[in-house]
Amino acid sequence: MKPLGKNGRKKLEKVHIRLRVNGEETEVAFAPHKTLLEVLREDLRLTGTKHGCELGECGCCAVLVDGRPVLSCLALGVAMEGHEITTVEGMAVGTELHPLQQTFAELGAAQCGYCTPGILLTAKALLETNSRPSRDEIKEALAGNLCRCTGYIKILEAVELAAARMAGGQAEPAKETIYGWE
Amino acid sequence: MMADNGPDAMFVAGGTDLYPNMKRRQQTPKVVIGLTHVNELRTAKGQPKDGVVLGANVTLSEVTNDPRIRDAYPAVARAAELISTPLLRNMGSIGGNLLLDTRCNYYDQNYEWRKAIHFCMKKDGEICWVAPSSPRCWAVQSSDCAPVMVAIGARVKLVSTSGERMITAAELYNDDGIRHLNKRPDELLTEIHLPPVNGWRATYWKLRRRGSFDFPVLGVAVWLKLSKDGTVEDSKIILGGVGSHPIQAITAERMIAGKKLTEELIRDAAQAAYQPAKPLDNTDFAMTWRKEMARFYVAGTLRELAAQN
Amino acid sequence: MAGNNGGKRGLRVVGKPFVKVDAKAKCIGELKYADDLFLPRMLHTKLLRSTVPHARIISIDVSKAKAYPGVHAALTGADLPPITYGALPVSEDEYPLAIGKVRMVGDPVAAIAAVDEDVATEALDLIDVQYEPLPVVTSIQDAYSMPEPRIHEYGELGNIHRRQVYEFGSVEAGFAEADHVREDITFYEGSTHLALEQHASLAQFSHDGKLTLWTSTQDMHYLHRHLAKVLEMPASHIRVIATPNGGGFGGKCDPFNHEIVVCKLAMVTGRPVKICLTREEVFYCHRGRHPVLMSTKTGYKKDGSITAMHHRTILDGGAYGGHGVASTFYTGILQPTTYTLPNYRFEAVRVFTNKAPCGPKRGHGTPQPRWAQEIQMDKIADHLGLDPAEIRKQHAIAPNSITANWIRIGTLSLRQCIDKVVAGSGWKDKFRKLPHGKGIGIACSAYMTGTQTPIYYNKLPHSGVQLKLDRSGGVCVFCGSAEIGQGSDSILAYIVAEVLGIDPFDIRVVTGDTDLTPVDLGSYSSRVTLMTGNAAIEAAERVRHMLREAVSAKLEVPGERLSFADRRVFDSQNPDKGVSFVDAVCLAEEKYGTLGTTGSYKPPAAPGKYKGSTIGPSPAFSCTAAIAEVEVHPETGIVVVPRVWIAHDIGQAINPVLAVGQIEGCVYMGLGEALMEEMTYRGNRNLVHKFPSFLEYKSPTTLEMCDVITYLVEEPDANGPFGAKEVGQGPQLPVPPAIANAIYDAVGVRVDEIPLTPDKVLKAIRAKAKGQEGRYGPSVFPTCPMPPAMVVPTPFQGGDGKALEREPAVSKK
Repeated sequence: MKPLGKNGRKKLEKVHIRLRVNGEETEVAFAPHKTLLEVLREDLRLTGTKHGCELGECGCCAVLVDGRPVLSCLALGVAMEGHEITTVEGMAVGTELHPLQQTFAELGAAQCGYCTPGILLTAKALLETNSRPSRDEIKEALAGNLCRCTGYIKILEAVELAAARMAGGQAEPAKETIYGWE
Repeated sequence: MMADNGPDAMFVAGGTDLYPNMKRRQQTPKVVIGLTHVNELRTAKGQPKDGVVLGANVTLSEVTNDPRIRDAYPAVARAAELISTPLLRNMGSIGGNLLLDTRCNYYDQNYEWRKAIHFCMKKDGEICWVAPSSPRCWAVQSSDCAPVMVAIGARVKLVSTSGERMITAAELYNDDGIRHLNKRPDELLTEIHLPPVNGWRATYWKLRRRGSFDFPVLGVAVWLKLSKDGTVEDSKIILGGVGSHPIQAITAERMIAGKKLTEELIRDAAQAAYQPAKPLDNTDFAMTWRKEMARFYVAGTLRELAAQN
Repeated sequence: MAGNNGGKRGLRVVGKPFVKVDAKAKCIGELKYADDLFLPRMLHTKLLRSTVPHARIISIDVSKAKAYPGVHAALTGADLPPITYGALPVSEDEYPLAIGKVRMVGDPVAAIAAVDEDVATEALDLIDVQYEPLPVVTSIQDAYSMPEPRIHEYGELGNIHRRQVYEFGSVEAGFAEADHVREDITFYEGSTHLALEQHASLAQFSHDGKLTLWTSTQDMHYLHRHLAKVLEMPASHIRVIATPNGGGFGGKCDPFNHEIVVCKLAMVTGRPVKICLTREEVFYCHRGRHPVLMSTKTGYKKDGSITAMHHRTILDGGAYGGHGVASTFYTGILQPTTYTLPNYRFEAVRVFTNKAPCGPKRGHGTPQPRWAQEIQMDKIADHLGLDPAEIRKQHAIAPNSITANWIRIGTLSLRQCIDKVVAGSGWKDKFRKLPHGKGIGIACSAYMTGTQTPIYYNKLPHSGVQLKLDRSGGVCVFCGSAEIGQGSDSILAYIVAEVLGIDPFDIRVVTGDTDLTPVDLGSYSSRVTLMTGNAAIEAAERVRHMLREAVSAKLEVPGERLSFADRRVFDSQNPDKGVSFVDAVCLAEEKYGTLGTTGSYKPPAAPGKYKGSTIGPSPAFSCTAAIAEVEVHPETGIVVVPRVWIAHDIGQAINPVLAVGQIEGCVYMGLGEALMEEMTYRGNRNLVHKFPSFLEYKSPTTLEMCDVITYLVEEPDANGPFGAKEVGQGPQLPVPPAIANAIYDAVGVRVDEIPLTPDKVLKAIRAKAKGQEGRYGPSVFPTCPMPPAMVVPTPFQGGDGKALEREPAVSKK
């Protein structure tokens, strides 16, 4: 977070806390005014979490806190002690991609890829509470994540495809998704 | 802590309003006192027949998803779920939304931008740029929940080291862009008391550019008590987003009192209700169009509630 | 056709939906964008920006900032050589840090390098700048009426930056031939790219005197040249690495002041220096869509054929030149590429104003005139009582023709595109038949696949590719292109894999590094697939030739009988007889020594010979037809677009799923510009940007985005790799006019001004209800003194591509 007053801010002592990120305990020391976004990127070097505005107006920085998607640019790092944080780096299990990561790659749902981490995590949270969401439910859930490349369509299709696969099916994308209409 | 730091300190719950303002140096507290760990503020108590008490730190998502609120106070659930984005609603609190800072295109800008216009009356400057000859600030009341709480007659509890007090939601707000809250800085909003559900009905319509992210540029909350034959026994018509406080459309309320909501009466009431709306050129959309829309929205909300018979 | 071994049959990679080479890195958060880079001892930079729109700088005092703890350097314009730079050689009018004056709110005045961003920001507060304010030029009208003070000392006339007048054939003769003539004045508001990634750059200066810059740029090569010029260093000592762009859309094409500033700070401090712009600063970089006021006077016959067009444009350019001179050409020069247009006169003016500079955004200068023409076509069809889809189909330009302004068109399946969307949308059952409030509209476009000329004059290749192979069987492709999300890295892998008969996964792609990769001009003007693709084919075919010779000798099979497929090289008449690809490479390495080939590409010459004829021609033109369905609320004017049908002639999709994704992205961006996006300023409040933020600059969310029904029309073009043409920009063009035309079908009113906001729609509806003209839009087109036209006889008149007169339409700098 930026300095607070015109005359600068007194240098504050760093806080030293334990965070649980992607299932691992980690100790980190940082200035107490730092946002979760800054702690993740600058102190833990988990740069998969992106930023587009740092004002809560784009959704790029979304991470999961206790399974719920939140804006890491508006959360303070110090408030995260005792909470379970998941970033995009924590979605794959070993070498196995999360089904959403797989379908986003398959359908070109990540064009420039910059909004992708926030969208993947928001979609992951959705599928954990609603395993077969309708198109409208996916749109609602992702309405706080801006994307400028895709027009969202491949993203919505990728979430649907992942949901179908997670439900145990051998789902394949519709022909029109890949080749357009005849 | 608040007592120790005086006016340099601020309470913060979700932080979704205060932290962006701090980053832009609009609000510059030296100390912020976090409330997220105060568990008693995180619960909703009671049943609709007696009234439900919302802890101020209940998140907007929790308000939206609480079955009591969804079923018995759909206008509250609706207002909460129309706020910003799903991500923000997981963080922002109901109390924070009621205390939302007033907004203005001349104020919600970072330090350097505001410096370019020599700042404004609300922060660091002298003039209200949206109405330069005005002695007051015209920043806009932009909470979605505020007009609803005023319309349904909710009350809020304010607590400080010198005691606690209950006031109506209507009493919480002032018609001034700077001193928009009747709350001392050392007072903490702890609870929102929703009134018992006993036959009234209410709704909320929000106007904004997009289906998410955007603050209301008009919010219409209507509360009605109808007799069995559909006669209006009592009503509240509250306009949000078109002034510095939730505006009560008293003329329209009087016009419909004791009458049945015919299409003609609805049109007349809407015509009367849109007159006190004072949109200025400090939000999204053309201001004359926003004012026009107040008429359309009031008619729409009245029609919706009349049709619930 | 290049690369194509006998038509579409037998293609193994091209045309298939292979996963992008970088897709998984993007999905696991592994890909490093510029701001994800951290170097030991790295410093952070913040820029002090002007808070006044137009002023002389009296003094800048950075002494207190320099002394602030944690600050390592403070720079002003005086610390850099007084050398200007800018995207185009004809308008190099920018300094990295202001010298003498500032020209807009947001102009950088000083720079701080400090241990962290917080300290740098605090130090900015300690810099004292004294300004002497100058009158402010806020608009086109101001620029016309206020020749003084000039925003720049160069330009044509006061604050008029540029004027261009061309006449191809004779519009007067064309109008005389017409049954009707109509003139429409229209406006297209400016908009910005709003890429999610904020521009970021990291510079490192080594102690042996070499400079490295990692930066989110689309056009690394041009930036490289500007760095050499402004920093007064040999280009060979500078390495520019284009990091993957988190979205570009044209917004990262120009060389930027912050890129030069971090380099200088790295040179001054001896430490790595990074900058990441705030979202607000990205609005000040801008270079997005020009606001353009247009007057389009068109003569037409009863059958809807156009006899002549006199098209005039005025561009509000903002504070700097940038790509603006090219943008100015583009507001007129592609007008004749969609429908037959025998006589065409084009007049364009670009003005300077004290706002963020405009430049190339997706479609660069062409969505505005396309909008003007397509809504006028709808009015012409309406006036004549003709079906607007039919009239377009009937007069669509013929493939393999040359336009009135000497642009050669190759394949162009516009008629087929129209047929697709007409059938798919149920047009014939819907047009003028939907209930009040619902409507349907059509528009078309054509767009270039790369420009024929580079930005600075030279006869060098536009794109170069190197291939490296060794005994491991590994193939590495090197190319100077920049991956901005469009999939340019993947296209290289697909094309080389196709030619060599291996899998794209077998190929490593190295791009965007001036030390390692051969020059490619950059990711702009939809040039990348065609130009890098053709260069890659040439390099791969040269490799294939070497492998073929080596395997032929080994197997004693004639070279021409050898096939490359399935990671094997084998006798096509006896497929069991062959060697693995790895063995083939070993044989070639044995025969030729270390293996490496190059390929390069330069577009063919264009037929036009007049001055200015180099802008507009392209190796190949794509075309698009779009139909939009709208719902207009008659009481509020609110417009909802549920669905768009769009057919695009792409020549050959190298990867269909990526092509469809590009089209969907184009529809999205067109929808945003049509309905809500606008760059606007407070003219009476120091000309500040009204809302430089993600929240108040409105872009569509998932909830506003429409359904898109996409049709890929594949009519291979001889100039494209495997016949491929562009898809990244053209499909955006018809979307806004299709929506405007659908609004007319829905409620019978014309909104001749983008964006189509509800207040404008409602005003038009109210006007119509009162019996007035059901229209909202500009009605006055201001004029300024114009030079005489450059008159060029058309191909239809038997011209030779040269201008008649010698008078310059384009005056010198």
